[in-house]
Parts: sequence; structure tokens; C-alpha cells
Amino acid sequence: MTRIAVVDYGAGNLVSIDQALRSAGAEVVIARAEPDLEGADGLIVPGVGAARPAMERLRRRALVGPIRRWIAADRPFLGICLGMQLLFDGSDEDGARTLGVLPGRAVRLVGAPHLPHIGWNTVRRRRPHPLFAGVAADAPFYFVHSYAPRPTGADAADVALAVTDHGPDFVSAVARGHLAGVQFHPERSGRDGLRLLANFALLAGRAA
Amino acid sequence: MLAVRVIPCLDVAGGRVVKGTRFVDLVDEGDPPELAERYAREGADEIVFLDITAATEGRATLRDVVERTARRAFVPLTVGGGVRTTSEMREVLRAGADKVSLNTAAVADPALVWRCARRFGSQAVVVAIDARRIVALPGRPAAWEVVVKGGREATGLDAVAWAERAVELGAGELLVTSIDRDGTQSGYDTALLRAIADRVPVPVVASGGAAGPSDFVAAVLEGGASAVLAASIFHRRRHSIAAVKAAMAAAGIPVRPVPGAAA
Repeated sequence: MTRIAVVDYGAGNLVSIDQALRSAGAEVVIARAEPDLEGADGLIVPGVGAARPAMERLRRRALVGPIRRWIAADRPFLGICLGMQLLFDGSDEDGARTLGVLPGRAVRLVGAPHLPHIGWNTVRRRRPHPLFAGVAADAPFYFVHSYAPRPTGADAADVALAVTDHGPDFVSAVARGHLAGVQFHPERSGRDGLRLLANFALLAGRAA
Repeated sequence: MLAVRVIPCLDVAGGRVVKGTRFVDLVDEGDPPELAERYAREGADEIVFLDITAATEGRATLRDVVERTARRAFVPLTVGGGVRTTSEMREVLRAGADKVSLNTAAVADPALVWRCARRFGSQAVVVAIDARRIVALPGRPAAWEVVVKGGREATGLDAVAWAERAVELGAGELLVTSIDRDGTQSGYDTALLRAIADRVPVPVVASGGAAGPSDFVAAVLEGGASAVLAASIFHRRRHSIAAVKAAMAAAGIPVRPVPGAAA
């Protein structure tokens, strides 16, 4: 059975992610320390809120190094919302330095009619990706955030997997190798969200 | 494009969905997770639980209800009622809620909004404002006063000024209920909604008074609401969520299609 570790660092609820993965047939480990990652096929870092306290909590649990090493080994990884923003170098929200595994920063949405951006919005993929297998091209997902990643560097265009408009377009999903991140909340996005999490479990099982 | 949300609100007491004129003549209407799942299936974009259980003895029951709901209905869940501290908010979020709505406690202690926003992020903090129209003097603009404790207590606070203050303190969304219209089915108070929506950058959720699909349209087009909330018209199955969304779409308002329905 595919085993997915979901990092618990006190940022937001894990109940829906846990249930979604279970209903996809995966085994779920709530990971609070490095030993919890042992034997996992995939790693999910969820999270809402601000980057600095999130990094502090990850450090306190000695999870920063293990997460970096997991990603460096190109093992299946999914960051959700803040968990995706943490992949970049830093966040403009509070100036925090984050994991730095993808070049770029989390920046405030500019030109948005309302902030936070709360609600269901369309995720336009710029290329096919197995995470979205079986999900309609115009499927809406649930967002709740004011910042979004701005990838930089030579492969920025490749990293930006999908965009969403709220005012101007922002990057709403990223991917590189077995690493992926989504700005929206699949665990709150009905059937399409469940499909996406099931796809991740499937990919993790295959890569193992 | 961001869809305007349609949100059914469920009054919860002692772990059950109840119906009745708020706080009196309560009738048991069923299990909250079951009803939430049904609404999610019928196209609800979010679910709001308003916990009307008196005082503290119901906290564990509420946590259980929230967790069971989060395991069945994969749509966002907001919980209002009774949260007075950051640790109480933490409990509700960990049980599976996305947002907590603060009302009376925020009026009594505005810094609570700031503490909750700093701890959990603005996106998790909704400030619910119950407003009552003040009889305006001739020639003066309309004004509304904030009321608390389910409308039983006036505060003397101007509703628009409180809305702006709540956002400055970190509220990520405002749930604005017209106490004059609540339960009357005479339509949302669109002037109230507009007065607040024009002054704050955050989404405003319209509440109080919905009778039919045209009221939802008015809340958005006239009131400037980003989301529309209703209780009784959905519970009594007077109108379906799909019918409300169809009316909104026909008026040019972006909505999320009801899952499984033809786009």
C-alpha cells in the first residue's frame, strides 16, 4: 500500500487531507518528526498562514533538513498553499527565508479586485501533468490566500505548471520532476480535488 | 475567473442541526455532517456552521461535529459561535474548519481579531457583523448600528466603521447580516452591503433576508457581495442551490457549476 507522510507543523487542518488520501486507498502517516518519514512513498506539506512562523515550527521539529533532502532526491512531493510557497527562496509577506529549493519568491497578488483571494477559481494548465489526470481543463479549485509564488531563473516558465486569474494571472501550480505544488486547496475542492490527491498517491506509489 | 460563492448556513446546537427562530422553538433537523455533505453534493461552495450552543459545555461536541464534517464534505467549512480565544480557535481549526467567524467576542475585545490573524493568518479569520438600520434623520445618509448576542444587545458602534476597523485588525472576510431582514424573507439589505463593500478590500458575505434567487443576484450586483449566505430557504427546500446559481449565471455573475450538472 502506498504510504503518504503528511507533515503536521501546527499550520491548519489535516483532517480533510487525511480522509481524502485514505479514500484514495493510501496509508497516511501524520509526520511530526524525521522518523515519521521512514517508509513513506510520498510527502505532503500542507499549511496556511504566514511563512516565518511556519519555518520556525519546521525548524523546531528538525524537519527542514529532511524535507530538503527528500526534494533533492527527487522523491514525490506535494506542497499545498503555504506548503508550496515555502519551496521558494522567501516570502514578501513577512520577509521570511524559506526552503529555497525553487528559485523565486512568494509575492502579494497585485491588481486583485479583493484580497484575500477567497473562493473557487479556474486553474489553467500550461502543459499536461499526471497530477491533473482526469480533471477537466476548466475545473475550479478552492483558493484562500493573498500571496502566490513568482518563479524566477532559467526554468521559471517550465516550473509554472498552471495559472489562475484574479486581476492579472498568477502561478497557481508548479512542478519539476517529482516535485509539485498547488496554491489552491485540493482537500477543499470537491471531487476534482480528491482526484488530484488520489493522482498524487498513485504517482508516489509508482515512483517508489 | 473567481466565482461568487453560494453558502448554506446551518445552525448547530448540541451537535445537531436545529431549525427555529434563532434560539427559540428549536426543532431537530438532523446530523450536521450528513446535511453538509448533501449541500456539498448539491453545489454549495462553502458551508457555515453557526454554533448556538450556550456557553462552554458544547465545545467537545462541536469539535466532533467539525471533524466528522471535514471527513465527509470536501468543501470549505467556516465555524461561528462561541470562540473567544486563540486557543479555542486553534481547536476548531485543528478539528477541520478552514475559517472561524468571530462576532460578539470581537466586539468585546477587538484585539482578539488581531491575535487570531497573527496566529492563523487573515484568511482564517472572518468577522461577523450583525447590523441594525438606524432611523435616519431627514436628509442624512443611511446608517447601521452593530448589535451583538443574536441581536439582543445594541453596541452604539457604527457598522461601517467597525467593518473598516475589523479589516485593519486582520479580518480576511466580513460576514454581514442585516438583523432587520434576518428571518423576514424580504431580501438582503443591499444598501448595508454596498456601504461596507465599498470601504473594505476583503470579500463581503451577504446574510439575512434571502427569499428567492433574485435576492442573491441583488446582493452581488447592487450590494457588491463576493458571496451570498442563506439558511432557511435552502433548509426548507424552497429553492435549490442549483436554481440560485442558474439565476446568478443568467444575470452574468460568475458561479461554480453544480458538480455533475451540465456546464
